[in-house]
Amino acid sequence: MDHVDVTLNVNDTEHHLRLDARVTLLDALRDHLGLTGSKKGCDQGACGACTVMVDGKRVVACLGLAAQYEGRRITTVEGLATNGELHRMQAAFARHDAFQCGYCTPGQIMSAVCLIAEGRAHSDEDIREFMSGNICRCGAYPNIRAAIRDVVAEA
Amino acid sequence: MDPFEYLRAADSDQAVAVVTEDPGTSYLAGGTTQLDLMKDGVLHPRRLVDITRLPLGGITHTESAVHVGALTTMEELAADPVVTERLPFVREALLLGASTQLRNMATIGGNLLQRARCRYFRDPTVPACNKRSPGSGCAAITGVHRMHAILGTSDHCIALHASDVAVPLTALDAVVHIQGVNGPRAVPLTRFYLPPGDTPHIENVLQHGELITAVEIPLLPRQARSHYIKVRDRVSYEFALVSAGVALVQEDGVIREARVGLGGVGTVPWRAWDAEDVLRDAPANAETFLAAARAALVGARPLPGTAFKIELAQRTLIRTLETVSGAEQ
Repeated sequence: MDHVDVTLNVNDTEHHLRLDARVTLLDALRDHLGLTGSKKGCDQGACGACTVMVDGKRVVACLGLAAQYEGRRITTVEGLATNGELHRMQAAFARHDAFQCGYCTPGQIMSAVCLIAEGRAHSDEDIREFMSGNICRCGAYPNIRAAIRDVVAEA
Repeated sequence: MDPFEYLRAADSDQAVAVVTEDPGTSYLAGGTTQLDLMKDGVLHPRRLVDITRLPLGGITHTESAVHVGALTTMEELAADPVVTERLPFVREALLLGASTQLRNMATIGGNLLQRARCRYFRDPTVPACNKRSPGSGCAAITGVHRMHAILGTSDHCIALHASDVAVPLTALDAVVHIQGVNGPRAVPLTRFYLPPGDTPHIENVLQHGELITAVEIPLLPRQARSHYIKVRDRVSYEFALVSAGVALVQEDGVIREARVGLGGVGTVPWRAWDAEDVLRDAPANAETFLAAARAALVGARPLPGTAFKIELAQRTLIRTLETVSGAEQ
Protein backbone atom coordinates (compact mmCIF):
# COMPACT_ATOMS: atom_id res chain seq x y z
CA MET A 1 0.00 0.00 0.00
CA ASP A 2 2.95 2.33 0.46
CA HIS A 3 4.15 2.03 -3.13
CA VAL A 4 3.31 4.24 -6.08
CA ASP A 5 3.45 3.72 -9.83
CA VAL A 6 5.05 6.75 -11.40
CA THR A 7 5.89 7.76 -14.94
CA LEU A 8 8.75 10.24 -15.02
CA ASN A 9 9.74 12.18 -18.11
CA VAL A 10 13.47 12.77 -17.71
CA ASN A 11 15.57 14.33 -20.44
CA ASP A 12 12.81 13.58 -22.97
CA THR A 13 12.60 9.90 -22.07
CA GLU A 14 9.67 8.32 -20.22
CA HIS A 15 10.39 5.93 -17.40
CA HIS A 16 7.78 3.76 -15.67
CA LEU A 17 8.73 3.11 -12.08
CA ARG A 18 7.22 1.38 -9.07
CA LEU A 19 8.59 3.20 -6.06
CA ASP A 20 8.27 3.31 -2.31
CA ALA A 21 6.17 6.45 -1.73
CA ARG A 22 9.07 7.92 0.26
CA VAL A 23 11.43 8.05 -2.75
CA THR A 24 12.37 11.64 -3.51
CA LEU A 25 12.85 12.90 -7.03
CA LEU A 26 16.58 12.94 -6.34
CA ASP A 27 16.69 9.30 -5.22
CA ALA A 28 14.54 8.26 -8.19
CA LEU A 29 16.99 9.93 -10.57
CA ARG A 30 20.12 8.59 -8.90
CA ASP A 31 19.15 5.18 -7.54
CA HIS A 32 16.41 4.08 -9.93
CA LEU A 33 17.39 5.70 -13.23
CA GLY A 34 21.17 5.71 -12.79
CA LEU A 35 21.38 9.45 -13.45
CA THR A 36 24.00 10.25 -10.83
CA GLY A 37 24.88 13.70 -12.16
CA SER A 38 22.48 15.31 -9.70
CA LYS A 39 24.29 15.12 -6.38
CA LYS A 40 23.07 14.50 -2.86
CA GLY A 41 24.79 17.05 -0.64
CA CYS A 42 22.68 18.00 2.35
CA ASP A 43 19.43 16.23 1.39
CA GLN A 44 17.51 19.08 3.04
CA GLY A 45 17.34 21.78 0.41
CA ALA A 46 20.22 23.83 1.74
CA CYS A 47 23.10 23.18 -0.68
CA GLY A 48 21.66 23.10 -4.21
CA ALA A 49 23.81 20.17 -5.41
CA CYS A 50 20.65 18.34 -6.55
CA THR A 51 19.29 21.23 -8.64
CA VAL A 52 17.31 20.05 -11.67
CA MET A 53 14.87 21.74 -14.01
CA VAL A 54 11.16 20.94 -13.87
CA ASP A 55 9.09 22.41 -16.69
CA GLY A 56 11.96 24.83 -17.26
CA LYS A 57 12.26 26.00 -13.65
CA ARG A 58 15.02 25.09 -11.23
CA VAL A 59 14.11 23.15 -8.10
CA VAL A 60 15.96 21.06 -5.52
CA ALA A 61 15.20 17.41 -6.25
CA CYS A 62 15.77 16.32 -2.64
CA LEU A 63 12.68 18.09 -1.28
CA GLY A 64 10.10 16.68 -3.67
CA LEU A 65 8.61 13.19 -3.84
CA ALA A 66 9.12 11.46 -7.18
CA ALA A 67 5.36 10.86 -7.28
CA GLN A 68 4.74 14.61 -7.30
CA TYR A 69 6.63 15.00 -10.56
CA GLU A 70 4.66 12.55 -12.69
CA GLY A 71 4.14 14.02 -16.15
CA ARG A 72 6.40 17.00 -15.50
CA ARG A 73 9.28 17.63 -17.88
CA ILE A 74 12.44 16.98 -15.87
CA THR A 75 15.87 17.99 -17.14
CA THR A 76 19.04 16.89 -15.36
CA VAL A 77 22.63 17.81 -16.09
CA GLU A 78 22.82 14.66 -18.24
CA GLY A 79 20.19 16.20 -20.53
CA LEU A 80 21.99 19.48 -21.25
CA ALA A 81 24.38 18.34 -23.98
CA THR A 82 22.96 17.90 -27.46
CA ASN A 83 24.40 15.37 -29.93
CA GLY A 84 27.45 14.93 -27.76
CA GLU A 85 28.19 18.64 -27.69
CA LEU A 86 28.40 20.33 -24.33
CA HIS A 87 25.87 22.99 -23.42
CA ARG A 88 27.63 26.33 -23.60
CA MET A 89 27.36 26.68 -19.81
CA GLN A 90 29.12 23.34 -19.38
CA ALA A 91 31.80 24.46 -21.82
CA ALA A 92 32.19 27.79 -20.00
CA PHE A 93 32.60 26.01 -16.63
CA ALA A 94 35.37 23.87 -18.14
CA ARG A 95 37.03 26.86 -19.79
CA HIS A 96 37.02 28.90 -16.59
CA ASP A 97 37.95 26.02 -14.28
CA ALA A 98 34.79 26.85 -12.35
CA PHE A 99 35.17 24.02 -9.86
CA GLN A 100 37.64 22.27 -7.65
CA CYS A 101 36.23 19.02 -6.28
CA GLY A 102 33.32 19.17 -8.72
CA TYR A 103 30.62 17.88 -6.38
CA CYS A 104 28.46 21.01 -6.55
CA THR A 105 29.12 21.53 -10.28
CA PRO A 106 26.08 19.81 -11.83
CA GLY A 107 23.80 21.82 -9.53
CA GLN A 108 25.73 25.02 -10.23
CA ILE A 109 25.42 24.46 -13.97
CA MET A 110 21.70 23.70 -13.84
CA SER A 111 21.13 26.76 -11.69
CA ALA A 112 23.27 28.96 -13.96
CA VAL A 113 21.37 27.87 -17.07
CA CYS A 114 18.10 28.81 -15.34
CA LEU A 115 19.56 32.06 -13.99
CA ILE A 116 20.15 33.26 -17.54
CA ALA A 117 16.72 32.06 -18.69
CA GLU A 118 15.23 34.05 -15.77
CA GLY A 119 17.01 37.16 -17.07
CA ARG A 120 18.83 37.66 -13.76
CA ALA A 121 22.48 37.58 -14.78
CA HIS A 122 22.85 41.32 -15.38
CA SER A 123 25.57 42.03 -12.84
CA ASP A 124 27.96 40.24 -10.51
CA GLU A 125 25.72 41.35 -7.66
CA ASP A 126 22.69 39.71 -9.28
CA ILE A 127 24.64 36.56 -10.09
CA ARG A 128 25.79 36.32 -6.46
CA GLU A 129 22.27 36.87 -5.13
CA PHE A 130 20.41 34.55 -7.47
CA MET A 131 23.04 31.78 -7.35
CA SER A 132 23.10 31.82 -3.54
CA GLY A 133 21.10 28.60 -3.37
CA ASN A 134 24.12 26.73 -4.71
CA ILE A 135 26.89 26.33 -2.17
CA CYS A 136 30.49 25.63 -3.25
CA ARG A 137 32.62 24.62 -0.28
CA CYS A 138 35.80 24.76 -2.37
CA GLY A 139 35.06 28.43 -2.97
CA ALA A 140 35.14 28.44 -6.76
CA TYR A 141 32.67 31.31 -6.85
CA PRO A 142 34.82 33.83 -8.79
CA ASN A 143 35.32 31.33 -11.60
CA ILE A 144 31.68 30.29 -11.54
CA ARG A 145 30.70 33.94 -11.97
CA ALA A 146 33.25 34.32 -14.78
CA ALA A 147 31.76 31.33 -16.60
CA ILE A 148 28.25 32.75 -16.26
CA ARG A 149 29.37 36.21 -17.43
CA ASP A 150 30.96 34.57 -20.46
CA VAL A 151 27.76 32.81 -21.46
CA VAL A 152 25.78 36.03 -20.97
CA ALA A 153 28.27 37.86 -23.20
CA GLU A 154 27.97 35.18 -25.88
CA ALA A 155 24.19 35.50 -26.01
CA MET B 1 11.45 8.73 7.06
CA ASP B 2 8.57 6.55 8.25
CA PRO B 3 6.49 4.79 5.58
CA PHE B 4 3.37 6.59 4.40
CA GLU B 5 0.68 6.24 1.81
CA TYR B 6 0.67 8.72 -1.06
CA LEU B 7 -2.64 9.93 -2.42
CA ARG B 8 -3.12 12.47 -5.19
CA ALA B 9 -6.24 14.51 -4.53
CA ALA B 10 -8.86 14.55 -7.29
CA ASP B 11 -10.47 17.77 -6.07
CA SER B 12 -10.33 19.97 -3.01
CA ASP B 13 -13.57 18.61 -1.53
CA GLN B 14 -12.11 15.11 -1.55
CA ALA B 15 -8.79 16.35 -0.17
CA VAL B 16 -10.46 18.18 2.70
CA ALA B 17 -12.70 15.20 3.52
CA VAL B 18 -9.82 12.71 3.51
CA VAL B 19 -7.51 14.81 5.68
CA THR B 20 -10.24 15.90 8.09
CA GLU B 21 -11.36 12.36 8.92
CA ASP B 22 -7.86 11.17 9.90
CA PRO B 23 -5.48 12.94 12.30
CA GLY B 24 -2.58 10.97 10.74
CA THR B 25 -3.15 12.40 7.27
CA SER B 26 -1.52 15.64 6.10
CA TYR B 27 -1.54 17.77 3.00
CA LEU B 28 1.50 17.89 0.74
CA ALA B 29 2.09 20.98 -1.42
CA GLY B 30 5.57 22.36 -2.20
CA GLY B 31 7.02 19.93 0.33
CA THR B 32 9.95 22.11 1.33
CA THR B 33 9.00 22.08 5.02
CA GLN B 34 6.88 18.94 5.17
CA LEU B 35 9.42 16.52 3.64
CA ASP B 36 12.31 18.16 5.44
CA LEU B 37 10.65 17.59 8.81
CA MET B 38 9.65 14.04 7.87
CA LYS B 39 13.28 13.26 7.02
CA ASP B 40 14.31 14.71 10.37
CA GLY B 41 11.82 12.48 12.17
CA VAL B 42 9.77 15.40 13.48
CA LEU B 43 6.63 14.70 11.44
CA HIS B 44 5.23 11.19 10.98
CA PRO B 45 2.13 11.31 8.77
CA ARG B 46 0.81 7.89 7.79
CA ARG B 47 -0.71 9.34 4.66
CA LEU B 48 0.05 12.39 2.49
CA VAL B 49 -2.56 13.97 0.25
CA ASP B 50 -0.79 15.66 -2.65
CA ILE B 51 -2.74 18.80 -3.50
CA THR B 52 -0.31 20.19 -6.09
CA ARG B 53 -2.60 19.22 -9.01
CA LEU B 54 -5.62 21.05 -7.60
CA PRO B 55 -6.69 24.29 -9.34
CA LEU B 56 -5.60 26.46 -6.42
CA GLY B 57 -2.89 28.43 -8.19
CA GLY B 58 -3.05 31.64 -10.13
CA ILE B 59 -3.27 35.32 -9.28
CA THR B 60 -6.23 37.55 -10.06
CA HIS B 61 -6.64 41.28 -9.52
CA THR B 62 -9.43 43.61 -8.57
CA GLU B 63 -9.39 47.38 -8.02
CA SER B 64 -8.70 46.89 -4.34
CA ALA B 65 -6.91 43.57 -3.89
CA VAL B 66 -4.64 40.87 -5.25
CA HIS B 67 -6.19 37.42 -4.93
CA VAL B 68 -3.47 34.78 -4.64
CA GLY B 69 -4.29 31.09 -5.04
CA ALA B 70 -2.72 29.07 -2.22
CA LEU B 71 -0.58 27.02 -4.61
CA THR B 72 0.97 30.10 -6.22
CA THR B 73 4.72 29.78 -5.76
CA MET B 74 6.84 32.46 -4.11
CA GLU B 75 8.56 33.16 -7.45
CA GLU B 76 5.21 33.51 -9.23
CA LEU B 77 3.91 36.01 -6.69
CA ALA B 78 7.18 37.99 -6.80
CA ALA B 79 6.82 38.28 -10.59
CA ASP B 80 3.25 39.59 -10.46
CA PRO B 81 3.15 43.04 -12.11
CA VAL B 82 0.62 44.51 -9.66
CA VAL B 83 2.62 43.30 -6.65
CA THR B 84 5.78 44.72 -8.25
CA GLU B 85 4.19 48.11 -8.87
CA ARG B 86 1.87 48.56 -5.92
CA LEU B 87 3.33 46.40 -3.16
CA PRO B 88 7.11 46.44 -3.64
CA PHE B 89 7.77 45.35 -0.04
CA VAL B 90 5.89 42.11 -0.69
CA ARG B 91 8.08 41.39 -3.70
CA GLU B 92 11.24 42.33 -1.79
CA ALA B 93 10.35 40.09 1.14
CA LEU B 94 9.64 37.19 -1.21
CA LEU B 95 12.92 37.53 -3.10
CA LEU B 96 14.96 37.90 0.10
CA GLY B 97 13.66 34.54 1.35
CA ALA B 98 15.16 31.12 0.63
CA SER B 99 16.76 30.45 -2.77
CA THR B 100 15.33 30.59 -6.29
CA GLN B 101 15.04 26.79 -6.30
CA LEU B 102 13.02 26.76 -3.09
CA ARG B 103 10.92 29.75 -4.21
CA ASN B 104 9.99 27.79 -7.35
CA MET B 105 8.67 24.98 -5.13
CA ALA B 106 7.32 26.66 -2.00
CA THR B 107 3.71 27.83 -2.15
CA ILE B 108 2.18 30.88 -0.50
CA GLY B 109 -0.17 28.71 1.56
CA GLY B 110 2.75 26.56 2.65
CA ASN B 111 4.88 29.59 3.41
CA LEU B 112 2.31 30.83 5.90
CA LEU B 113 2.21 27.37 7.50
CA GLN B 114 5.96 26.81 7.65
CA ARG B 115 7.09 25.34 10.93
CA ALA B 116 9.56 26.78 13.40
CA ARG B 117 13.23 26.81 12.50
CA CYS B 118 14.10 26.19 16.18
CA ARG B 119 16.91 23.64 16.22
CA TYR B 120 15.45 21.94 19.29
CA PHE B 121 12.06 21.56 17.64
CA ARG B 122 13.77 20.05 14.59
CA ASP B 123 15.87 17.56 16.56
CA PRO B 124 13.77 14.69 17.96
CA THR B 125 16.73 13.52 20.07
CA VAL B 126 16.17 16.62 22.23
CA PRO B 127 13.51 15.58 24.74
CA ALA B 128 12.33 19.05 25.76
CA CYS B 129 10.18 20.77 23.16
CA ASN B 130 6.65 21.85 24.02
CA LYS B 131 5.88 22.38 20.36
CA ARG B 132 6.92 18.87 19.29
CA SER B 133 5.96 17.12 22.50
CA PRO B 134 3.50 19.14 24.63
CA GLY B 135 4.45 19.39 28.30
CA SER B 136 8.07 18.32 27.79
CA GLY B 137 9.63 21.74 28.38
CA CYS B 138 11.64 24.13 26.22
CA ALA B 139 15.31 23.46 25.55
CA ALA B 140 15.73 26.74 23.68
CA ILE B 141 15.07 29.03 26.65
CA THR B 142 18.21 27.79 28.43
CA GLY B 143 19.98 26.78 25.23
CA VAL B 144 21.28 28.47 22.10
CA HIS B 145 18.53 30.87 21.08
CA ARG B 146 20.18 33.58 19.00
CA MET B 147 17.67 32.93 16.20
CA HIS B 148 14.63 33.00 18.50
CA ALA B 149 11.85 35.43 19.28
CA ILE B 150 11.60 38.31 21.76
CA LEU B 151 7.99 39.31 21.11
CA GLY B 152 4.96 37.11 21.77
CA THR B 153 7.03 34.56 23.65
CA SER B 154 5.97 32.57 26.71
CA ASP B 155 7.71 30.52 29.38
CA HIS B 156 6.85 27.48 27.24
CA CYS B 157 8.18 28.46 23.81
CA ILE B 158 10.31 31.14 22.15
CA ALA B 159 10.34 29.75 18.61
CA LEU B 160 10.30 32.31 15.84
CA HIS B 161 7.99 32.46 12.85
CA ALA B 162 10.61 32.78 10.13
CA SER B 163 8.51 33.78 7.11
CA ASP B 164 9.63 36.96 5.37
CA VAL B 165 6.59 37.49 3.18
CA ALA B 166 4.22 37.08 6.12
CA VAL B 167 5.68 40.32 7.54
CA PRO B 168 4.32 42.64 4.81
CA LEU B 169 1.22 40.48 4.44
CA THR B 170 0.47 40.96 8.13
CA ALA B 171 1.05 44.68 7.79
CA LEU B 172 -1.37 44.78 4.84
CA ASP B 173 -4.21 43.00 6.69
CA ALA B 174 -4.08 40.12 4.21
CA VAL B 175 -6.94 37.65 4.55
CA VAL B 176 -6.55 33.88 4.57
CA HIS B 177 -9.31 31.98 2.75
CA ILE B 178 -9.94 28.55 4.20
CA GLN B 179 -11.98 25.54 3.12
CA GLY B 180 -13.25 23.03 5.65
CA VAL B 181 -15.79 20.23 5.72
CA ASN B 182 -18.34 22.75 6.98
CA GLY B 183 -17.68 25.21 4.16
CA PRO B 184 -15.40 28.18 3.58
CA ARG B 185 -14.30 30.87 6.00
CA ALA B 186 -11.93 33.83 5.90
CA VAL B 187 -9.54 34.91 8.67
CA PRO B 188 -7.36 38.03 8.70
CA LEU B 189 -3.68 37.14 8.95
CA THR B 190 -3.44 39.31 12.07
CA ARG B 191 -5.79 36.85 13.79
CA PHE B 192 -4.64 33.69 11.98
CA TYR B 193 -1.58 32.93 14.12
CA LEU B 194 -1.75 32.06 17.80
CA PRO B 195 1.04 33.07 20.17
CA PRO B 196 2.51 30.04 21.99
CA GLY B 197 1.11 30.73 25.48
CA ASP B 198 0.95 27.37 27.21
CA THR B 199 -0.02 25.55 24.00
CA PRO B 200 2.92 26.10 21.63
CA HIS B 201 1.90 23.07 19.55
CA ILE B 202 -1.20 24.99 18.39
CA GLU B 203 0.20 27.56 15.96
CA ASN B 204 -2.83 28.92 14.15
CA VAL B 205 -6.63 28.84 14.01
CA LEU B 206 -6.83 26.03 11.44
CA GLN B 207 -8.68 22.92 12.54
CA HIS B 208 -7.15 19.66 11.34
CA GLY B 209 -8.19 19.19 7.73
CA GLU B 210 -8.91 22.81 6.97
CA LEU B 211 -7.18 23.87 3.76
CA ILE B 212 -5.88 27.31 2.81
CA THR B 213 -7.27 27.98 -0.66
CA ALA B 214 -6.18 31.58 -1.22
CA VAL B 215 -4.67 34.69 0.32
CA GLU B 216 -6.25 38.02 -0.44
CA ILE B 217 -3.88 40.99 -0.26
CA PRO B 218 -5.59 44.39 -0.04
CA LEU B 219 -3.89 47.11 -2.08
CA LEU B 220 -2.75 50.38 -0.54
CA PRO B 221 -3.60 53.80 -2.00
CA ARG B 222 -1.58 54.49 -5.16
CA GLN B 223 0.64 57.09 -3.48
CA ALA B 224 1.79 54.62 -0.81
CA ARG B 225 5.47 53.70 -0.72
CA SER B 226 6.90 50.59 0.87
CA HIS B 227 10.13 48.75 1.57
CA TYR B 228 11.41 45.61 3.30
CA ILE B 229 14.81 45.43 4.98
CA LYS B 230 16.25 42.14 6.17
CA VAL B 231 19.32 41.95 8.41
CA ARG B 232 21.09 38.60 8.62
CA ASP B 233 24.36 36.82 9.35
CA ARG B 234 25.23 36.38 5.68
CA VAL B 235 24.15 38.52 2.80
CA SER B 236 21.93 36.01 1.02
CA TYR B 237 20.06 32.74 1.57
CA GLU B 238 19.71 33.10 5.34
CA PHE B 239 16.93 33.68 7.82
CA ALA B 240 16.48 37.14 9.30
CA LEU B 241 18.03 38.19 12.57
CA VAL B 242 15.53 41.01 12.32
CA SER B 243 13.56 42.48 9.45
CA ALA B 244 11.10 45.29 8.91
CA GLY B 245 8.38 45.81 6.34
CA VAL B 246 6.96 49.32 6.16
CA ALA B 247 4.38 51.06 3.99
CA LEU B 248 3.60 54.77 4.35
CA VAL B 249 1.16 57.23 2.84
CA GLN B 250 2.49 60.76 3.30
CA GLU B 251 1.04 64.17 2.67
CA ASP B 252 3.20 67.30 2.89
CA GLY B 253 5.71 65.63 5.19
CA VAL B 254 3.04 64.17 7.47
CA ILE B 255 2.36 60.44 7.69
CA ARG B 256 -1.31 59.74 7.01
CA GLU B 257 -1.20 55.97 7.00
CA ALA B 258 1.44 53.61 8.34
CA ARG B 259 1.79 49.86 8.14
CA VAL B 260 4.58 48.24 10.08
CA GLY B 261 5.51 44.57 10.27
CA LEU B 262 8.55 43.05 11.94
CA GLY B 263 10.29 39.76 11.24
CA GLY B 264 12.95 37.85 13.15
CA VAL B 265 11.52 38.96 16.47
CA GLY B 266 8.04 37.45 16.87
CA THR B 267 6.62 34.03 17.63
CA VAL B 268 4.12 35.08 14.98
CA PRO B 269 4.65 37.47 12.04
CA TRP B 270 4.63 40.70 14.03
CA ARG B 271 2.31 43.60 13.41
CA ALA B 272 3.72 46.66 15.19
CA TRP B 273 0.40 48.32 16.04
CA ASP B 274 1.96 50.62 18.64
CA ALA B 275 4.50 51.90 16.13
CA GLU B 276 1.71 52.60 13.64
CA ASP B 277 -0.14 54.61 16.28
CA VAL B 278 2.95 56.76 16.84
CA LEU B 279 3.49 57.30 13.12
CA ARG B 280 -0.07 58.14 12.10
CA ASP B 281 -0.55 61.89 11.63
CA ALA B 282 2.98 62.59 12.85
CA PRO B 283 5.69 64.44 10.90
CA ALA B 284 8.00 62.10 8.99
CA ASN B 285 11.18 62.89 10.88
CA ALA B 286 13.89 61.27 13.00
CA GLU B 287 12.11 61.99 16.28
CA THR B 288 8.93 60.27 15.10
CA PHE B 289 10.83 57.29 13.75
CA LEU B 290 12.75 56.81 17.01
CA ALA B 291 9.55 57.00 19.02
CA ALA B 292 7.88 54.49 16.70
CA ALA B 293 10.82 52.09 16.92
CA ARG B 294 10.80 52.27 20.72
CA ALA B 295 7.06 51.69 20.82
CA ALA B 296 7.41 48.64 18.58
CA LEU B 297 9.75 46.90 21.01
CA VAL B 298 8.15 47.90 24.33
CA GLY B 299 6.82 44.42 25.00
CA ALA B 300 10.05 42.59 24.15
CA ARG B 301 11.20 39.85 26.51
CA PRO B 302 14.85 39.27 25.65
CA LEU B 303 17.02 36.37 26.81
CA PRO B 304 20.82 36.50 26.96
CA GLY B 305 21.14 35.28 23.37
CA THR B 306 18.48 37.58 21.95
CA ALA B 307 19.11 40.82 23.87
CA PHE B 308 20.89 42.30 20.83
CA LYS B 309 17.70 42.09 18.83
CA ILE B 310 15.98 44.96 20.65
CA GLU B 311 18.50 47.54 19.47
CA LEU B 312 18.97 45.88 16.07
CA ALA B 313 15.22 45.73 15.42
CA GLN B 314 14.81 49.41 16.37
CA ARG B 315 17.65 50.48 14.10
CA THR B 316 16.33 48.31 11.27
CA LEU B 317 12.86 49.77 11.62
CA ILE B 318 14.24 53.33 11.69
CA ARG B 319 16.32 52.64 8.57
CA THR B 320 13.27 51.24 6.81
CA LEU B 321 11.13 54.22 7.82
CA GLU B 322 13.82 56.61 6.59
CA THR B 323 14.05 54.80 3.27
CA VAL B 324 10.30 54.72 2.68
CA SER B 325 9.70 58.31 3.77
CA GLY B 326 12.60 59.57 1.68
CA ALA B 327 14.10 61.17 4.80
CA GLU B 328 17.45 59.48 4.26
CA GLN B 329 18.35 61.64 1.26
